[in-house]
Amino acid sequence: MAKTVNLKIDGISVSVEQGTTVLGAAKQINIHIPTLCYHEDLCVAGNCRVCVVEQEGAKNLVASCAMPASEGMIIHTNTHKVRNARRHVVELLLSEHNADCTKCYKNTKCELQNLASEMVITEPMFIDLVPFKEYKIDKQSPSIIKDNSKCIRCQRCVRTCHELQHVSALGVAYKGDHMKISTFFENPMYDVVCTNCGQCVNRCPTGALVEKNYIDQVWEAIYDPNKHVIVQTAPATRIALGEDLGMESGSIVTGKMAASLRRLGFDSVLDTDFTADLTIMEEGTELLTRLKKALVDKDTSIKLPMFTSCSPGWIKFIEHLYPEYLDNLSTCKSPQQMFGALAKTYYAQKKGIDPASIVSVSIMPCTAKKFEAARPEMRDSGFQDVDLGLTTRELAVMIKQAGIEFESLADEKFDSIMGESTGAAVIFGATGGVMEAALRTAYELITGREVPFKNLNITAVRGMEGVREASVKLENVLPAWSFLEGVELKTAVAHGLTNAHQIMEAIKKGEAHYHFVEVMGCPGGCIGGGGQPIPTTPEIRKKRAEAIYREDEGMKLRKSHENPEVIQIYKEFLGEPLGHKSHELLHTHYVPRKRV
Amino acid sequence: MPDKRLKRVDLIFSDECVYKDVLTKALKKSSEEIIKDILDSGLRGRGGAGFPTGMKWKFTAQEAEPEKYVVCNADEGEPGTFKDREILTRVPHKVFGGMAICGKAIGAKHGYVYLRGEYRFLKADIENALEKFHNTLKEIGFDFQIHLLMGAGAYICGEESALFESMEGHRGEPRNKPPYPTIAGFRKKPTVINNVETLVYAFMICNIGSKQFYDLGTADSRGSKVFSVSGDTPIPGIYELELGMSLETFVEEFGDGDTKAVQVGGASGFCVPRKKFKDTIIGFEGVPTGGSMMIFNSSRSMYNVLKNYVEFFEEESCGQCTPCRVGCQQLKLGIEAVKKGEKSAAYLDTLRKLADTMKISAKCGLGQSVANSFSSIVDNFKEEMIY
Amino acid sequence: MPEIKELVKQLADKHGRNRESLLPILQGIVTEERYISDFAMTEVARELDMSAALVYGTATFYSFLDTKPRGKYVIRLCKTITCDMKGKKQILRTLEDLLKIEVGETTKDKKFTLLETNCLGWCHKGPAMLINDEVYTEITPEKVSEIIGDYMKNR
Repeated sequence: MAKTVNLKIDGISVSVEQGTTVLGAAKQINIHIPTLCYHEDLCVAGNCRVCVVEQEGAKNLVASCAMPASEGMIIHTNTHKVRNARRHVVELLLSEHNADCTKCYKNTKCELQNLASEMVITEPMFIDLVPFKEYKIDKQSPSIIKDNSKCIRCQRCVRTCHELQHVSALGVAYKGDHMKISTFFENPMYDVVCTNCGQCVNRCPTGALVEKNYIDQVWEAIYDPNKHVIVQTAPATRIALGEDLGMESGSIVTGKMAASLRRLGFDSVLDTDFTADLTIMEEGTELLTRLKKALVDKDTSIKLPMFTSCSPGWIKFIEHLYPEYLDNLSTCKSPQQMFGALAKTYYAQKKGIDPASIVSVSIMPCTAKKFEAARPEMRDSGFQDVDLGLTTRELAVMIKQAGIEFESLADEKFDSIMGESTGAAVIFGATGGVMEAALRTAYELITGREVPFKNLNITAVRGMEGVREASVKLENVLPAWSFLEGVELKTAVAHGLTNAHQIMEAIKKGEAHYHFVEVMGCPGGCIGGGGQPIPTTPEIRKKRAEAIYREDEGMKLRKSHENPEVIQIYKEFLGEPLGHKSHELLHTHYVPRKRV
Repeated sequence: MPDKRLKRVDLIFSDECVYKDVLTKALKKSSEEIIKDILDSGLRGRGGAGFPTGMKWKFTAQEAEPEKYVVCNADEGEPGTFKDREILTRVPHKVFGGMAICGKAIGAKHGYVYLRGEYRFLKADIENALEKFHNTLKEIGFDFQIHLLMGAGAYICGEESALFESMEGHRGEPRNKPPYPTIAGFRKKPTVINNVETLVYAFMICNIGSKQFYDLGTADSRGSKVFSVSGDTPIPGIYELELGMSLETFVEEFGDGDTKAVQVGGASGFCVPRKKFKDTIIGFEGVPTGGSMMIFNSSRSMYNVLKNYVEFFEEESCGQCTPCRVGCQQLKLGIEAVKKGEKSAAYLDTLRKLADTMKISAKCGLGQSVANSFSSIVDNFKEEMIY
Repeated sequence: MPEIKELVKQLADKHGRNRESLLPILQGIVTEERYISDFAMTEVARELDMSAALVYGTATFYSFLDTKPRGKYVIRLCKTITCDMKGKKQILRTLEDLLKIEVGETTKDKKFTLLETNCLGWCHKGPAMLINDEVYTEITPEKVSEIIGDYMKNR
C-alpha cells in the first residue's frame, strides 16, 4: 500500500496517495483548476503558471501541477491573489498570442480561448506583442501547419515529440523574449525529421500546430458533376468520430458514419477495412515467404524480423532513424494506399468509370496519411492513388458544415465493391490489432485450425503496455508448411515511437529475436492517432480500444481470409497474394532519409 | 535597529593561515563536527538568497544516496557583481578547500566548479590551481576530485537548478521545486550548491572557528561579506565589510557626495532612494545583497537605469514560464510607452500589479525578483518614469 | 566540411558521447570556428546520437555559442548600466566607426564581429569588453582605437 497524505483544499479534506500533485488531489474532490501546459500523457513542465494556487504558509503561489501534496497542506484555489495571478497569466499569454480567433482553425476548440472566455476578458490589459515579432507560418508540410504566432510556449508539443515519440523534431530554441518552439535551424517541418504523426497537433492547446485541412477541396470535388468521388474510412475513425459530434468516447458510429458520408454527397462510401483484410493476406503471405526463404532456403539476404508497414509515421521514423532496417519493413502498402491503388484500377474497371474522373478521398485517424498519400511512390494506378486524406476531425467539421444531426442518423451500410470487411480488419485500429489479425489468418493457413485462443481473442497482444511480446508454437502444421513444424513464432508489438525506438535498439543490440513485429506510430495505435478527436488521454484511448474490440466481436466474419470480397478480388483481379498484380499495385519500397 | 559602523574585515583574501594545515585539520573532523561548526557560525549563502549554509550541508549529509556532489556556483552574472571573479583570481585554493570540506561533511567524492563563460580567461589559472590542490589533497590523503565546467553566457544558469541542467548538457531552464538540490541536484543526486564566497567563508570558519565569525554582523546576518562597489563612486572595487551597516554609513564611505540612490543586490535587488538610506540595513533584516552595490548620483536618469535592468531580464529570462517571459517584455514596452506618452501614467499601476504577480507566480528566482528593482524604482522615482 | 567532421569527432572522443558532453563539444567548436554551423550541429547530433533540433535548441540558449557566422575576433561590449554610465555608448560609436559595421554585424573581411553583451563582471572598471576571451577594461575611445588598430595590424 502506498502511503497516503492528508491535505485540505478549499476547506475540503482529502487523502491522496503520496506523490499525487495538488492538481490531482483537487481533481479527486471535483475542484477544477485550470491548466494549459499540463497534459496527462506528458511529464510535468510547470511553466505556463495558469494552475497556480495559494498554499498557506508559502510566500509565493505554487503551480498545482508540479507541487506534490504533503501532509497537513492547506490549499486555496480561488482566492483574490490566485484569481489576479491567473488573470495576469492569461492576459500575458493573450498578449503574446495572435488572437485573431475567427480566422483560426481551432476557433471554439482552443484551450486559451476557453480560459479567456471563462475569465470574461473583453479588453486587452497589455500591449499586443505579435506585431513586434516576425512570424512566418510554415505551411510546406502536407500534414501539419505550424504557426508560431499562435504558440504560447507551453512545450506540450516538444514533450510529446520527445517523450512519446523519441523524434524531437521540435525543440525549444533561444531564450528570453526570443524563446520559441523550433525545428532544427527553424527549417520547415517538411524538411526535418518530423514523422507527421500529429501527436503534437493532438496536444497543442491553441492553433499553433494544426493539421493541414483539405475540407474545401473535398467539397469542390463533391460539387463537381464530372467527378466520381469515393471515400474510404479507416478502422479507427468509426469509434472516435462521435466524440467530435457530441457523443461519448467509445461510441461505435460505423453505421452513422456511412450514412453521413452518403449525405455529404460522396458517390460511393467504401471501407479501408476491406484493404486491411487484404493487407493481412499480402503481409501474412510475405511473412511466410520470408520465413521459408530464411528457414528452408537459408537465404541470408532475407531480413527478419519483418516489420508491419501500415503506419506512415512509423515508416518515416524508420526511414529517418533506422534506414539500415528498411529491408525489414514489409513491402505491403498501408491499407489506405492499397485501397487507393485499387480504386483507380479494379474499382474503376468493375464500375466502368474513367479512373481519371475518380477523386479518391480517405478519412483517417492520422495526419501522416496526408503525407503518405502524397508520396511519389504512391501512384501505381497511373494517378495519385489517394487524392485527399482527411482526418477524423475534418470529417466531423464537414458533417457539421452540412447541417447533419449526426447522433440521430440511422445506421447505413458501406457500398460495394470494396466495402466488405471482417473483425480482423477493424482491430487494425488498436495497437496489436494487425498482429492479432495476422495471427488469426496465418495460424489457420499453416495448421488448418483456428488460433487456439478463446473466441479468437489473442489477448496477449492487446492492451496498452508499450511493448508486448507473444509467441505461438506451430504444431501439426499442414504438409505445405512442414518447415514450420515445431517453430515458435515470436512476435512483438509496440505503439508510440518511443516504444518503437526501444524495440529497435533491442533488435540492434541483438537482445531481441522476433519473426514479426507490429509497430504503430501513435500511442494506442490508430485509435490515438494524430488525426483523432482532441483531447486524447489514456482513459479516452482505453475507451476507444474497448469499442474497437466490441466492434470486432460483433462482426459475423472475424478472419481476413474469409472476407468474400477479398476472395473475389483475388479470383477476379489480383490472382494470388504476392502475385504479379499485387506486386504492381499493393507493394512499395522505402527511401532512406536524413537524420536531421 | 542595528547600525554597525563601517568595519573592514580581511578574511577572504588574507593569506595569513597555513592553507594545508587548515585543510588537514578540517578534514580530520567528522561530518557532524564540520556541519556543527558551519551551523554555529550562522553563515548564510552569499549568492543572494541567504539560505543557511549549515542546513544545506546537513540535509544533504542526511541523504542515504551514496552518490553526492558539491557544486561551486561561479556563474556570477548579477549586474554589478564581480567579487567571485576576484576571489577565484586571488584565492582559488580557499574555494576548493571549502568544497573539499563540504565533500567531507556530506560524503561526496566529486566537486564541480561551474564558471561563467565570460570568465574563460581564468580557466588556465584555475586549472593550474586545481592541479596544486589535488596534489595537496593527495598529501593529506583525502579522496576528492574537483572538475571545472564552463558556462556559455546565460545569466539564468546562476539559478541552481538551471545550473544543474546546464551541467547536464541542457538548456539552462530552472526545474520545479520541490525536489530541492539537497535531495535531487546534479544528475538528480543529492547536491550542495554554494556560491564561491560562501565556500571560502566555510573554509575560513574552519580556520578561525565559528565563534569569531558569529560575533561579526547582526542576528540575521552573521559575519562579513564581500561587496562589489560600482557606479558613481570615487573608489569602485571589492570590499570585505562586516554586515549590519546602514546604507547611510555605506554611502558616506563610498558615495561621491551626491548619491541619489543605491541599487542593492544588482538588477534583481532593490533600489533604495536617498531618503531611505538611514533606515535601510544592508543584510537579511533589511535589504539583502549578493554583493552588488551600484551607486547612482543625481545626474542619472532612473528611467534609464530601470530600462537597462528590464532589458536585461527580457533577454536573460530562460523563457519557459509565462510570467517571466511575457511579463518582462510587457514591463519593458510598458515603461517605454509611458515615457513616450503613448500610455497614461496610470499604466504604471497596471505594470506594478503585473510585477507583483511575477513575484509570486514565476517559476524561479529570476522571474520572481524582477519585481524588486521594478517596483522599487517605479515607486521611488515615479516622476522620472512619466512623459 | 571534412575538417569540421573531424573536429567534432575529436571533441566527442575527448569529452565523451553523452548529453553532458554537449556543452563542452559546442564550446570546442566555437573556440575553433567562432560559431557552430548547421553542418557542425548535425555532426554533433550524429556523434551523440541525439536530435539535431535539441542540439540547436541548446546552442541557441547560450549567448556565447554563436550559431551565426562570426569573425575571427568577436568583440563583446558590456551594455550593463554601470558600463553605460562610464561611456559605453561612445565606445560603441568608436568601434562602429573603426570597423565600419553596426552591432550584430561582421566585417567584410570576416575579421571582426561586434556584439553587445550583458554584465561582464568588471563594473568597477567600466567600460569593459571582451575580444574573444581577452578582457579590456576602463576603455576609452582612444584606447579602443589603439586596441583595434593593433588587432588589425598585428593579428
